[in-house]
Amino acid sequence: MRTSTRRSRRLGAIAVVAALATGLLAGCSSDPDNGSSDTNNGGSGKGKTTLTIGTFGVFGYKQAGLYDEYTKLHPEISIKENVTTRTDVYWPKTLTRLQAGAGTDDIQAIEIGNIAEAVQTQADKFVDLGKEVDKSQWLEWKTSQATTKDGKTIGLGTDIGPMAICYRKDLFAKAGLETDRTKLAAQWKGDWAKYVDLGKQYMKKAPSGTKFVDSASSVYNAALGGESERYYDKDGNVIWDKSSGVKKSWNAAMTVATSNMSAKLKQFDPTWDQGFAKGSFATVACPAWMMGYIQEKSGASGKGKWDVAAAPTAANWGGSFIGVPTAGKHQKEAIALAKWLTAPEQQAKVFAKQASFPSTPAAYADLKPAADTTAYFSDAPITQIFGDSAKTIPVQYFGVKDQPINTAISDVGILQVEQKGKSPDQGWNAAKAEIKDVLGQ
Amino acid sequence: MTSSKQALAHLATSADAAPGSQPGAARGAQGRGTPPSGPGSWRSRLYRWDMKASPYAFISPFFIIFGAFGLVPLLYTAWYSLHNVQLSGLDHQTWAGLDNYKNLLSSEFFWNALGNTFTIGVISTVPQLLMALGIAHLLNYRLRGSTVWRVVMLTPYATSVAAATLVFTLLYSWDGGMVNWLLHFVGVHPINWRESDWGGQFAVSSIVIWRWTGYNALIYLAAMQAIPTDLYESAALDGAGRWQQFRHVTVPMLRPTILFTVVVSTIGATQLFGEPLLFGGVSGSKGGSAHQYQTLGLYMYDQGWGIGNLGKASAIAWTMFLILLIVAAINLLITRRLRKSQ
Repeated sequence: MRTSTRRSRRLGAIAVVAALATGLLAGCSSDPDNGSSDTNNGGSGKGKTTLTIGTFGVFGYKQAGLYDEYTKLHPEISIKENVTTRTDVYWPKTLTRLQAGAGTDDIQAIEIGNIAEAVQTQADKFVDLGKEVDKSQWLEWKTSQATTKDGKTIGLGTDIGPMAICYRKDLFAKAGLETDRTKLAAQWKGDWAKYVDLGKQYMKKAPSGTKFVDSASSVYNAALGGESERYYDKDGNVIWDKSSGVKKSWNAAMTVATSNMSAKLKQFDPTWDQGFAKGSFATVACPAWMMGYIQEKSGASGKGKWDVAAAPTAANWGGSFIGVPTAGKHQKEAIALAKWLTAPEQQAKVFAKQASFPSTPAAYADLKPAADTTAYFSDAPITQIFGDSAKTIPVQYFGVKDQPINTAISDVGILQVEQKGKSPDQGWNAAKAEIKDVLGQ
Repeated sequence: MTSSKQALAHLATSADAAPGSQPGAARGAQGRGTPPSGPGSWRSRLYRWDMKASPYAFISPFFIIFGAFGLVPLLYTAWYSLHNVQLSGLDHQTWAGLDNYKNLLSSEFFWNALGNTFTIGVISTVPQLLMALGIAHLLNYRLRGSTVWRVVMLTPYATSVAAATLVFTLLYSWDGGMVNWLLHFVGVHPINWRESDWGGQFAVSSIVIWRWTGYNALIYLAAMQAIPTDLYESAALDGAGRWQQFRHVTVPMLRPTILFTVVVSTIGATQLFGEPLLFGGVSGSKGGSAHQYQTLGLYMYDQGWGIGNLGKASAIAWTMFLILLIVAAINLLITRRLRKSQ
């Protein structure tokens, strides 16, 4: 706080920045000149085209060595990745840059929660990649999410987030539950309510200090990830309060929130991480990309205790796209790179590195997870479990305000019931008021 | 974050000094400056022109930069606040008149945020300034290693909001946090600090208090050391004890300084943002599931960057600005009253 004379403070900073910028600008402006003159001259100089790629979180391209590989194949290209850790910081920034037509990277990543907004409001700011690739490479629903009504595809699918249930075998055994992954999956198959029912059984003989699941909203998100009807219908109308998917998922979450089976943690909080380390919950709905996270946070002591079973329904959580903004100066090169990065072979390499699951079925045949991941999760057939889920995930429609609506339900509605002891009705009404505010009604 | 108050203090002193020193300086220059040749020569004209224009040239960088990065955005925000603007459609703004403001006034979230800003402001500022006064008084005694104590007082001020808040979030964590662990020794059940109505506000305030008490204490200490010792001596001769000296000598002499810290703290409290945002963790801009510690700053951020409703966020920004003006006016009134009563 205390930006008392915010203005003067800001001005001080700006003065410094301005002074630095004049120096930097001089440096910057000479770069493109060099580049273009080199390419014009052809053979005379080894002019390199630098492609920038804007991502958030950990995309794994760099970690899997893909940039190095590409620049080896194409010596005239060099690649620079601009990473923003948090999506909620990355996306507003990218939106403003897209609309200003300046400052965008040559390739720009788009998260699934923002893809609808991008498709509906920014389509003219992206190159139509549909003409450049064979669209049948990707899962159909993945590409359709990035395609406008008039058939323009603004982004190529990178990873998806097929779900499974990660569970602590040792805690299940102590609670007297089944520990075999196929039998467990059969017990809750088809309905998240069955999974929650098992939670009630777990709590009867729960090892002390442990709960069945990390939080009620994680159950909500996982369940909703398997529903075809979410917050918007096919035509982009908000139907969240009539949506059968929302209702079913909400009810499952309410059973969790009003019982004692939740550890009442907020996902991605430091306390959630501690929960993994302390083993304070026995299950968590885990998309493929969460495997590495669990491994890291649970630490060495969790090795061989975690196992993976198929989720009640084939559900998806997360995943991204990469698109090429029309404001970019090197569109041709950027399209080539985007195509290469999202090709099945490269997606398989990213999976091998950090278990981001490919959106291209051709990659599924020879997917190999990292050896230590398989060992960590009790030699579970990870590829098969997630692959089966990926193939049957329903087509889902996302809307412009999908993310704020989801936040309103999980971080206002459900959280009030789970942590403030409000009734499910009160929670629902709080979420409703919040969503009204979000939609500006 | 560090330079804000210093900057203000600096501004205040230089503003005080300016009216007095300027004429003197000008006079001096005139005395020294011996116009080389008769009137009308270009050198003397240049000289006069230099005398007149240079000061403006020297101060112009501030105003040019302020105009570009302060005033223009400020006015543009006002323009935005009269439109329906979405973050994803900056080019498609439609005229909304005062709708955004009307919407605000009828929004329970806005009034809630305003109330929170006020209550958190009170429970963070009042104890903070009182404690700072007490600590400054203690530091004013002859102490062994006084510099060490003073530096220690200032360390919280030098830490970043993010680092401090992260540590406090862990201290206040429901399950296994140190605060709850300490409370259990006195038989208090674990409190869900973040999600309880007053717990969240208290926790956020405690971060503010921790960070700013030392800073204010140092300001008070500096002012205390400027109080002439003969005042204390005569008070002691009159038989005043230490407490009476503090009440009847120190506090009255500190009055201008206290006013200054009150003004600065009030402005800071109105703009409170970083601590509650980070304390809330994921979706921190909601300020808790029931918005129990959502301040005006957070509400604005949530509307603008979380929801993407820039028109309304701009209206909140301008409303905050108006509230600050009102607060400043009240402060001014109180200051005048106090001056008269002196």
